[in-house]
Amino acid sequence: MSDSHGQSAGGGALETFPRLLMQHAKLRPNRPAMREKAYGIWQTYTWAQVAENVRAIACGLAELGFRRGDRLAIIGDNRPRLYWSVAACQCLGGIPVMLYQDAVAEEMAYVLQDAEIKFAVVEDQEQVDKMIEIRDQVPLLEHVVYDDPRGMRHYTDTLLMGLDELQAMGRIHDQNQGDFLNAEIDKGASDDISIMLYTSGTTGKPKGVCQTHGAFIAAATGGMQFDKLTDQEDILSYLPMAWVGDHLFSFAQAMVAGFTINCPESGETVMTDLREIGPTYYFAPPRVFENLLTTVMIRMEDAGWFKRKIFAHFMEVARRCGAEILDGKSVSGSDRLQYWLGGLLVYGPLKNVLGMSRIRVAYTAGAAIGPDLFRFYRSIGINLKQLYGQTETCAYVCLQPDGEIKLDSVGKPAPFVEVKLADNGEILVKGPMLLKAYYKRPDATAESINADGYFMTGDAGFFDEDGHLKIIDRAKDVGKLNNGSMFAPNYIENKLKFFQHVKEAVVFGSKRDFVTAFINIDLEAVGNWAERKGMSYSGYTDLAQQAAVYDLIRECIEKVNADLASDPMMSGSQIHRFLILHKELDADDGELTRTRKVRRNFISDKYSVLVEALFAGKKTEHIETEVKYEDGRVGRVSADLRIEDTKTFAPQGAVKAA
Amino acid sequence: MAREFGEVILDLQNISLRFGGVKALTDISFNVREHEIRSIIGPNGAGKSSMLNVMNGVYHPQEGKIMFRGEQRQKMEPHMAASQGIARTFQNIALFKGMSVLDNIMTGRILKMKCNLFHHALYWGPAQREEIEHRKKVEEVIDFLEIQSIRKTPVGRLPYGLQKRVELGRALAAEPTLLLLDEPMAGMNVEEKQDMCRFILDVNDQFGTTIVLIEHDMGVVMDISDRVVVLDYGKKIGDGEPDEVKNNPDVIAAYLGTSH
Repeated sequence: MSDSHGQSAGGGALETFPRLLMQHAKLRPNRPAMREKAYGIWQTYTWAQVAENVRAIACGLAELGFRRGDRLAIIGDNRPRLYWSVAACQCLGGIPVMLYQDAVAEEMAYVLQDAEIKFAVVEDQEQVDKMIEIRDQVPLLEHVVYDDPRGMRHYTDTLLMGLDELQAMGRIHDQNQGDFLNAEIDKGASDDISIMLYTSGTTGKPKGVCQTHGAFIAAATGGMQFDKLTDQEDILSYLPMAWVGDHLFSFAQAMVAGFTINCPESGETVMTDLREIGPTYYFAPPRVFENLLTTVMIRMEDAGWFKRKIFAHFMEVARRCGAEILDGKSVSGSDRLQYWLGGLLVYGPLKNVLGMSRIRVAYTAGAAIGPDLFRFYRSIGINLKQLYGQTETCAYVCLQPDGEIKLDSVGKPAPFVEVKLADNGEILVKGPMLLKAYYKRPDATAESINADGYFMTGDAGFFDEDGHLKIIDRAKDVGKLNNGSMFAPNYIENKLKFFQHVKEAVVFGSKRDFVTAFINIDLEAVGNWAERKGMSYSGYTDLAQQAAVYDLIRECIEKVNADLASDPMMSGSQIHRFLILHKELDADDGELTRTRKVRRNFISDKYSVLVEALFAGKKTEHIETEVKYEDGRVGRVSADLRIEDTKTFAPQGAVKAA
Repeated sequence: MAREFGEVILDLQNISLRFGGVKALTDISFNVREHEIRSIIGPNGAGKSSMLNVMNGVYHPQEGKIMFRGEQRQKMEPHMAASQGIARTFQNIALFKGMSVLDNIMTGRILKMKCNLFHHALYWGPAQREEIEHRKKVEEVIDFLEIQSIRKTPVGRLPYGLQKRVELGRALAAEPTLLLLDEPMAGMNVEEKQDMCRFILDVNDQFGTTIVLIEHDMGVVMDISDRVVVLDYGKKIGDGEPDEVKNNPDVIAAYLGTSH
C-alpha cells in the first residue's frame, strides 16, 4: 500500500531504535523522555540523560561479554532502567526478550530455556529469587543484573550484579573506547530483530515472536500519522512490558515521536499517578476502563441524593448527544447547551478524577469492550477508540478513524496494512509490521504465514458496508451445537462480562444440545451490592453461593438471552443453565493466561465434573479444588455448588426490534 | 545465617515493679545486645507489656537497676527514652485516626525538629527547609514499608493490618536504635504476618536496629528471634536461644499446664 511516505523524514539513517534514541538526544536533549515517581516525587530524565544511561548499560553489558545476536531477558514492572536496558541491548545488536513479571519461576524457566538466555536484567529481589530458583534448569544463564538493590545485601552469588555497578563499569568502558558503541550502533539494520515477545500461550506453549526494528518503526510511524501525535504527548506506562501493546506505545512510539513516558510509583498507585500526570495519549485494555467505571459508580451510589440526581440527569444528556458532539455530528442547540453545562458540573470533574482531562486519544484493545462502557467514555468527551492487532503484527492492523466510531467494529485497516478475508471468514493481514519468524519454530512460522505472505490471524470476522472490520471470535473456537446452529463462545462470554456483576464467564456448548455457563462474580461490585442489601458473607465462596446472588446473575443471563434471541444467527446459543464458581479464575492456577484471557479447554478439563453436572441437569454438585497462593503454597477450596436454570426466549428472526 | 551481635546495650538487673499490692514484675534480670532480635513471651498477664513500659520509661520499677549503653538510668520520662533512640509501637494501635498516613508518620519525626512553633506556623525559611528534609526521611520509610498507595489515606479508613504497618512506620521515622514492638502481629492473617515478619527482619538487617518484640505467635517468635525471655506471673522462667527455650520444662508447663 502507501509504504512510500512512511520513513522519508529521516532517510535510511533512522531505521533502528538506537539511532532514533541518539537522534532525540541531539535534537531535543532537554525535553523529558521519561519520568518516574520515586519517594513521592516525579523524577525526570531528559533524552540526553536517557541516551547517556543507555550507553552506560550497553557498554557494561559488552564488558560482561554480551555479543551481537545474544538474547537479554528483561523482567520487571515498568521501570525506566528496564526500558533503557531494552535500548542498550538493541545498541549491541542483541535481542531483548520480555517476560511477564508476575509469572511464577516455572513459567519463566520455559522461556529462558527456549530463548537460550545467558543474560538477564531483572527488577528486584523477587525476580532474582526466581532466577536463583530455576538456575539449574537454565544452565546457560551466566549473569543476572538487578535494578533495585533492596534486600540484596547478603546475596553473594557470582551470578548476580547490581545495575549501578554495571553502569559504572560501562561508563569507564565508554570513556576509554567511545567509538566502540557508535560502531555497534552503526552495524544495526532495519531488518535486524529488535525484540522478542512471547505469545500468551492461549493455545499450547508460548512462542517467541521475533519482530524487526523496521516492523515496529513502521507500526509506530503509521499510528502517529493516523492520530497526529507529536513529541508533546505524555503517556503512562503501566501495562506489562512483555505485552506487545506496551512495547508499541511506551517504547516504539515514544522512540519514534520523541514523547514522554511516565512510570508509576507502584502497581497500586496507578490511579493516583494517572491523575497527577494527566496523560494526553492513553492505552488500556477494556478491563481497566471497566474497573475505573465500576469505582466511579460505586462512589456515586454512596453519594447524597442531590449529587446522584445531577449525575443521573447529565449522564442522560451525555448518552443522548455526547458521542455525537465528539464525532462532530449535528446536535440541537438545547442539547449542546445542556452538554456544555454538564461539562462544567459533571463530565469535567469526572474526567479529572479519572485522570483523563487532557486526553486527546485513548485506545483500547486486547478484548472486546462493552458497548455501554465504550459509549460512556465517549459520551463524556473522551476520544476512546478501538484497535485490532496481535503480537505478530505489532498490535497494529486496524484502527478506528476519528469521527467514524462504531461500537462493534475495530475500524479500518491502518496505514501500510492490507487486510483480506479467507473463504472461511478468517482475517488475513499483510504489511511491514508482520513478524519475521517465530523463534526456532520454522514449522509454526510456515503455518501462520501463507504462500502469498499473508499472516493468518486465526480470528473470524467480516467487513461491514463502510469497510469497517468486525471480529466475531477465534476462527477455531466457533463451533456448532448439535442442532447445527452456530456457537461463538467468546461472543457470548463478552456479552456476559459487560455486566458489572460478572467478572469472568466461560460458556460450553460445542457439540452439545444447549449452552451452559460458569460465572465468576465481581467481588467488589457484588460485595457492594450485598452490603447495601444488608447481606452478610464471609468471603468469595460464601457470597457466590447465596440464593440472592444467583437471582442477580440469572437476571443478567436472561438479558443476554433476550439479546441473543433477537439475532437470527445466535438465537440457538441462549444459555440454559449456569453455576457460579466457588473460586475466582486465576492465572496462577493456569485458568487464565497472563493477559487474563480464559483458557477454555483447560477449565473444561479441570472442572469436567461441573460441566457434566450442568448438562446432566443436576441441581447441585460438590467440588474440591487446589489453589496456589502467590507465595507458592497450595491450599484447597471445596464447596457444594448450586446449578440453576434460566429462562430462554423464542427466536425473533422476523421481529427485528430488540 | 551467621549473625553478629555487639555489646549489651540494655541491661535490666533485678527489676521489681508493684502497683500497690499487685506484683507485676518480680526480680527480673536480662539483657539486650546490639543488633539482636530479642523476644519476650509469656501467658496473658505475665507482665510483658509492663516490661516494655519499664524499658521506655513509662513505669518506674521500685527495685532494680537499668543500664542503658553503660549508664545507669535515673528516673526518666518516656520522651527522654525517645530522644535516646528508643521507639515503640503499641498493642492496641495508637495512631491519629483522622490524619493521613503521611502525617502520622511525620509525627514520628517531631523530636528531631528544631524550629519553634512560630517558624512552623509561618512555614517560612528554616522551617520549610526542615520540613522538606523530614518529609524525605518519611518518604524513605513509606518506600521501605511499601505503603505508597495509601500515603494520603486517613488512617481510620485502613484495614487493621495496614494500620499496624503505619504504626511501625511512625516508630521507624524516629530512626531508633532500639525498637520495642508490642504484639505487632496480633489479629493479622497469615499473609499479613508474613509481610510484617519480613519488614521486622529487614529493619534489623538494613538499619542494624535492635528489636525487642512481644508476640504470641510461637511460630513467628521461634523463627525470627535470636534470644527469647519467658515470663510467667511476673517472674522470669526461661531465657536463651529459641531451641533452648522450646525445650525448657518450665516454659512448657507454663504454656501447656502440667499433669499432676
